[in-house]
Amino acid sequence: MNNMTNYLRRFFNGRHLVIGIPYLWFLMLALVPLFIVLKISVSEMESTSVSNMVSWSQGWPSIKLNFASYVFIGSDELYVKAYLSSLNYALLTTVICLVIGYPFAYFMARSPKHLQPMLLMLIMLPFWTSFLLRIYAWKTLLVSNGVINNVLMSLGIIKLPLEMMNTPFSLMVGMVYSYLPFMILPLYANLSKLDMRYLEAAADLGTSPLKAFWLITVPLSKAGIIAGAMLVFIPAVGEYVIPELLGGPNTLMIGRVLWDEFFSNNDWPMASAVAVVMILLIMLPMAIYNKYQSEQLEPKP
Amino acid sequence: MNSRMINWFSQSWMVLVYIFLYMPIVTLVIFSFNDSQLVTVWSHASMRWYVALMGDGDLISAVALSLKIAFFSALISVFFGVFTAFCLNRYKRFVGRTLLSSMAATPLVMPDVIVGLSLLLMLVSMQHWLGYPERGLFTILLGHALLGTAYATVVVTSRLREMDSKLDEAAMDLGCQPLQVFRLVTLPLLLPALVSAFLLTFTLSFDDVVLSSFLSGPGYSTMPMVIFSRARLGLNPTINAVATVTIVVVTCAVIASSFYTSHQERKRRREVAQAYSDSNK
Repeated sequence: MNNMTNYLRRFFNGRHLVIGIPYLWFLMLALVPLFIVLKISVSEMESTSVSNMVSWSQGWPSIKLNFASYVFIGSDELYVKAYLSSLNYALLTTVICLVIGYPFAYFMARSPKHLQPMLLMLIMLPFWTSFLLRIYAWKTLLVSNGVINNVLMSLGIIKLPLEMMNTPFSLMVGMVYSYLPFMILPLYANLSKLDMRYLEAAADLGTSPLKAFWLITVPLSKAGIIAGAMLVFIPAVGEYVIPELLGGPNTLMIGRVLWDEFFSNNDWPMASAVAVVMILLIMLPMAIYNKYQSEQLEPKP
Repeated sequence: MNSRMINWFSQSWMVLVYIFLYMPIVTLVIFSFNDSQLVTVWSHASMRWYVALMGDGDLISAVALSLKIAFFSALISVFFGVFTAFCLNRYKRFVGRTLLSSMAATPLVMPDVIVGLSLLLMLVSMQHWLGYPERGLFTILLGHALLGTAYATVVVTSRLREMDSKLDEAAMDLGCQPLQVFRLVTLPLLLPALVSAFLLTFTLSFDDVVLSSFLSGPGYSTMPMVIFSRARLGLNPTINAVATVTIVVVTCAVIASSFYTSHQERKRRREVAQAYSDSNK
């Protein structure tokens, strides 16, 4: 008995308590829900509780698994197409963000030191103001009687309004616009720490600036590129709001499919199966990101 | 390429990106003062849509709900964020450290639809077993708090990394208990990070539409949910007016908080310098 209380006292010391609180929080809200999704994805519509899935035969529990949802995803062209086009749009968004964001972050890191906090703040500010409202704003800019068309027509550059809204173009504008700060911030954080002496040494040894950029700056900023690319790519795969508001009915993305399965068809097992396959697709980028993130969270040596 | 050309190129690149980032926001604000029913055609300036906003009961009660949820979810997020950041930063080795750090990093990148769906299914099974919780304010709050904790952890961690752990050690040498060290040394030094984490998680919650849609029950519509359902139907000038109000408030808050943070930083540096010069006397 005494032994037991001692043991309990040792177990419930301050350190365990401090670790235990966030641990329980995240276990309950981040990890357990994913297992529940996995479970519901293999149950039938009517039996979404565990008790209905487990049947007892000769004293042993046997679990009835139902892979109908997965079979359906694999056989129905719509789902395969939606996954492929989501990956495609997410990849395109990442590449465009990198092409715009890398030079931007580079120039920002090279600009005068006293201006940098101000420039950084200007990148952060739209990120603080509502994402939803900024997407809505693009709608007012891009529709056929919208601001951009009106300006171009009154300047006489075009005669007929351009059809920009509800096309892959409007979708990409919205995606790049929303995710660009997520690319710029880690790149800037990385590039601003770059040791200029490497570049000076390269110049002393006769390397041209362009070659030095490719051989020194880019490889040294690899961590920033990976972090930025993952921060853009992973959420972009499952994006729902932007395709819903800017993409129109013809741009197929898996986030919308999941939403419709859940809200319109009320098919929870199907929605869960769609989610599980989406998680499998982003598993690898997620692992890369987590590795990078935990390196960032490590205490400095 | 000479350096003048490079300068010119880099400056115009930056200006173009800033124009890209700010153009939608600026048009949103300008057209909120437009008298026309058509959102995109300018007639003349008026406060018409702000007056309409005042009489919009649905939207006003949605804003009140969003503010309530944002405030409490930000408090909860900062609370758990401090614990998580502290564990990951100060305890170098414990069982399941990697699991904790990846669980804390996951909501940052996981698509919102998956977080929303999984949380909802968890809460529904919980309700099935325990009869609690009803879908509504509390469930939205939980979802926002989960997302917020992940962000608060990042903000607090980056501050903890910069902080000198010698200060903690000094306090311990002077006989402080671990809890006293945390209360008297760590927490005051963390204060600016806590303020910015609170602001960030507050705006995240105030902005979220996907998690809220999954987790809310009948009768509970947050401001983004109302805006989203209107924006889906088409363009609506009252949205411009709400947007302008939100943008002005958020911009003021962000600027004020950055002044506060830099003021605190200067004050701290001054005090450190003072302490060193006193000890050298």
